[in-house]
Amino acid sequence: MAHVEGQQHPLGVYIKVWAWLFVLSTGSYMVDYFHVQSYARWTLIIIFMLAKAGLIISVFMHIKWERMALSFAILIPPSLLLVFIAIMTIESDYTFLTRGIFFGSGS
Amino acid sequence: MAPSESDASVAQPGELVPGLAGAAADWASDQRTFKNVPWGKAMMWIFLLSDTFIFSSFLIGYMTVRLSTTVPWPNASEVFALSFGGDPIPLILIAIMTFVLITSSGTMVLAVNYGYRKDKAKTAIYLIITALLGALFVGMQAFEWTKLIEEGVRPWGNPMGAAQFGSVFFMITGFHGFHVSVGVLFLILVARKVWRGDYDTEKRGFFTSRKGNYEIVETMGLYWHFVDLVWVFIFAFFYLW
Repeated sequence: MAHVEGQQHPLGVYIKVWAWLFVLSTGSYMVDYFHVQSYARWTLIIIFMLAKAGLIISVFMHIKWERMALSFAILIPPSLLLVFIAIMTIESDYTFLTRGIFFGSGS
Repeated sequence: MAPSESDASVAQPGELVPGLAGAAADWASDQRTFKNVPWGKAMMWIFLLSDTFIFSSFLIGYMTVRLSTTVPWPNASEVFALSFGGDPIPLILIAIMTFVLITSSGTMVLAVNYGYRKDKAKTAIYLIITALLGALFVGMQAFEWTKLIEEGVRPWGNPMGAAQFGSVFFMITGFHGFHVSVGVLFLILVARKVWRGDYDTEKRGFFTSRKGNYEIVETMGLYWHFVDLVWVFIFAFFYLW
């Protein structure tokens, strides 16, 4: 089999991403260490999380270099999860409300 | 791979169209869709996609019980604090576990890279280092479980707050830990095959009877990075939130 199917890239790219992952992880740990709260906390956590996930998927898992046919097949289906999250948020808010009525003062 | 200067929308036989037009052409090609991707790698990606939905369901389930409970949720920062003689340091073990897993992802990348250079010794060594770091991660997780069980955390309740905390913790970290453990086993298997030179001679596998080559190291890498990826989300949503 002479065709080129492997993913070969210079080591420098990987080392850089590796270093960034350490920096971002330290960042997200610092959010907890310095007791950042409320919206600042959630925003920072999400930013660090998405940055890390993006780096891992695009460089370590080579999606950046794959053909779009594969990237789409992998990345588009999970976006449906956002719908699932939205549905379950509404559902759990409703459950919380009914529990409040049932266990609480009954008002 | 190189785009031709002529009409990009009409691909010559054997020529790959780049970009969005390429994606359409690949899917409409009446051949295999994923060009330049070995079948093993495509299958691994499809497995990882299904695994994404499993872990997402767990995390969404966690979100649902946490949003709907009327009892306060235990403070993860305090529950997972650890003291080395002095004041407890919040979440320190989880932070170390995160760094161990990231380090292992780095060594995995090196293994894949040396694999494609057909550097047998280095590939095997980095695979073994990755496996050791994975085992270290699972060991620390076992320690974490032991500590929490001693403190009275059970799947049906705990002394710190909402009862759902225990069930979510054991299920999500347990499922992730299981993935890491299976990964460690497979890393050792692949390392042995690399070391023995199976991928140089295209020796047939004992189970699938298919010829193997260094692409398998990359497929193994995909699985390992995915395990790291899942941990990124667990770390953010379960431990930090």
